[in-house]
Amino acid sequence: MRGVHKRFGGVVALAGVDLSVAPGEVHALLGENGAGKSTLMKVLSGALEPDAGTLELDGHGYAPRGTLQARRRGVAMIYQELSLASDLSVAQNVMLGAEWQRAGFLRREAMGRHVRQLLGSLGHPEIDPDRRVAELGPGARQLIEVARALAHDAQIVVMDEPTSSLSADDSRRLFELTRRLAERGISVIYITHFLEEVRAVAGRFTVLRDGATVVTGAVAEHDNDSLIEAMVGRRLQEAYPSLPHEAGEVALELRALSGERLPQNASLGLRRGEILGIAGLVGAGRSELLRALFGLDAVRAGEIAIAGVRDRGKPPWVRLSQGVGLLSEKRKEEGLLLGRSIVENLTLSRLEPARRGLLLDRGRQRQLAERWIEALQVRAGDPWASVGTLSGGNQQKVALARLLHQDAELLLLDEPTRGVDVGSKAEIYRLILELSSQGKAILMVSSYLPELLGICDRIAVMHRGQLGEARPRAQWDEASLMAASSSGVAIPEIRAHG
Amino acid sequence: MAESNSERQRALLRRLMQWLGPFLALLLVMGLFAVLLPDRFLSSYNLRTVATQTVIVGLGALGMTFVIISGGIDLSVGSTIALSSVVTALLLRDGHGPLLALLSALLAGAAVGLCNGLLITRARIVPFIVTLGTMGIARGLAKYLADEQKVNAPAAGLGSLMAKLPEPSWLLLSPGVWALLVLAALSAMLLSRTVFGVHTYAIGSNESTARLCGVPVERRKLVIYTLAGLFAGLAGALQFARLTVGDPTTALGKELDVIAAVVIGGGSLAGGSGGVLGSLLGAFLMAVLANGCTLTGVPNYVQEILVGAIIIVAVAVDRYRHARP
Repeated sequence: MRGVHKRFGGVVALAGVDLSVAPGEVHALLGENGAGKSTLMKVLSGALEPDAGTLELDGHGYAPRGTLQARRRGVAMIYQELSLASDLSVAQNVMLGAEWQRAGFLRREAMGRHVRQLLGSLGHPEIDPDRRVAELGPGARQLIEVARALAHDAQIVVMDEPTSSLSADDSRRLFELTRRLAERGISVIYITHFLEEVRAVAGRFTVLRDGATVVTGAVAEHDNDSLIEAMVGRRLQEAYPSLPHEAGEVALELRALSGERLPQNASLGLRRGEILGIAGLVGAGRSELLRALFGLDAVRAGEIAIAGVRDRGKPPWVRLSQGVGLLSEKRKEEGLLLGRSIVENLTLSRLEPARRGLLLDRGRQRQLAERWIEALQVRAGDPWASVGTLSGGNQQKVALARLLHQDAELLLLDEPTRGVDVGSKAEIYRLILELSSQGKAILMVSSYLPELLGICDRIAVMHRGQLGEARPRAQWDEASLMAASSSGVAIPEIRAHG
Repeated sequence: MAESNSERQRALLRRLMQWLGPFLALLLVMGLFAVLLPDRFLSSYNLRTVATQTVIVGLGALGMTFVIISGGIDLSVGSTIALSSVVTALLLRDGHGPLLALLSALLAGAAVGLCNGLLITRARIVPFIVTLGTMGIARGLAKYLADEQKVNAPAAGLGSLMAKLPEPSWLLLSPGVWALLVLAALSAMLLSRTVFGVHTYAIGSNESTARLCGVPVERRKLVIYTLAGLFAGLAGALQFARLTVGDPTTALGKELDVIAAVVIGGGSLAGGSGGVLGSLLGAFLMAVLANGCTLTGVPNYVQEILVGAIIIVAVAVDRYRHARP
């Protein structure tokens, strides 16, 4: 791809991108949200036509009209949000759009064998082609997407933040899989925010910033600092800021809390001004713990005490009135009304201050929202623009701003930096620390261990619905968190204090 | 300031665009009939007739606007209208006053709506199925109460509510039309300027987000469906006023006209969008079309084809508008 340009109305999305990927190479594509990665990949996959620039595939000119043509030329996309038909079987999904047939009838036997062989060649013969996709976990689903790409004879596979919904284990398997693809001579373009992943899988990389190629080179010849600098265009003072904050009164106490299935017997205590992190694998029940606590999922047994007031589960609007706020891990499905405006999204959970008598004062509502748009530096032209038009990082800021607007005293943050660019991440960390120094209590679930170790005061690990003891962060490191997450029993080595 | 001004203009333009489709269609249709029948169509008598003919579907459309914005559907409207008209007639026949008859009609409508709401929120059955069921139940109930025949009753003052030439004449429009306009204004205010309205849009836009933000989703839905029933109940009473007979088979399939009015007016069956003004325009457009076709002597089937085409075009235009920011 050479000199690719693309503009939408007055917004320049791509301003001269060069990208070249060799056969059998894993090429990392880096950049903040809004840097143009997604647009570039849409051009590659035929979803968008570039305004200028040339594309070549195997030395031939390549100008796909539509995604179907791109797929026929061997370009396969694996999106962040998995695109599988969950009611169909594994085999049906893999062969979707490339079904084998004879005289109008499906060759089910032959396809089944083919899919079995494909899965085997990817190192996962244990997946049954006849199972319904709905019964599989996120890791297996990802694998099916990859198998589908192979079934379509892909030459180039684009993975867009493939690990964002995967546990650490599944991620490792995905890296292995990526290497296998490369060994077959397939080019992989790997989009990610995680520099660790770049080091784990990619040989070369390209950094995009503001729609243009900033730097490209071999991963081994660049350190993380220089990569981050290339992405954000400035040097981050420190990835994890620190701010003094002190633990005060007890804000939350859970006693043997059990949900419908998960969590089981979870107990914990959290004080004001404290940040408590929960680590664990995807599916361990961390989100379910927050949801049960907030009243989105049923509480089967146990007790919740918020600021000393005990109950056995209350609906969300009661929790809100108690000063509890939840940031959903599923920003698009649950966290935001994508079709509605920033103002509405921001103020929805607390409309009272915008009310005059029975009526709502739109101007006042907007003022309330603008205060937070400014404070969190949400980059948006018009506060009445729909949230769906914002970048991932800015969407997350709107979701967080809602908790600030409702003036929550106890914040339940579920994967607060998922799908957020490096620059916004640092801003979110700073914000969390500021909140804790104002005496707010924060319970934070994250699958990204460095951030847990970076900003939490204490960390507990959840394993198969069981919540372990919360320990000061100094007693943990990545290895011990990982071990406790995957086995549940490993007790971290307690280092000598000081 | 210049910036916020242009911003305000853009917001205004966006809002205008929303009504532009149905409004243009209405102008087009009215212009067409005005050219074809210059004196008959545009006569004040005829325009009042059209306005009066809009009332029943219009009232139903007000309630349906709330339901559709919240992401639901109400198929029981037609049957509820019939039930309420029968209830009105029965009370008047038995010698009760018009006020009691009117209130009972409202109550009957609200009861059907409340049942819909309870089944949807408590039994967690999808609105389509629930209201498909109550559509049959309310219709059957109306026939049972009316003993499967038309109920003759003295109009007892209710008749003047839907008179094409109102008494006193300074009203200009019949009381039924005024009721529709006043209720429409109140509904518009409720939708765009109150917490309840914001919650209605939020539920239709994404129910789980609404729940996350502390919107009492179940309670709101209960109110929304009861409100829809209430509007249908009033429509039923006015239907009696128009026909001066309680007919259990009246308004058969009316729910589809009502849904069409809302959809033509910009409502999306996926929820989260729509508005009172649009729905009202949609209802008026269909009444104009029916009236004009009758006046020009165009056969009924042409009218049906036209309404069908307008629904599809309206939604297609809406899609196109949403596709480009």
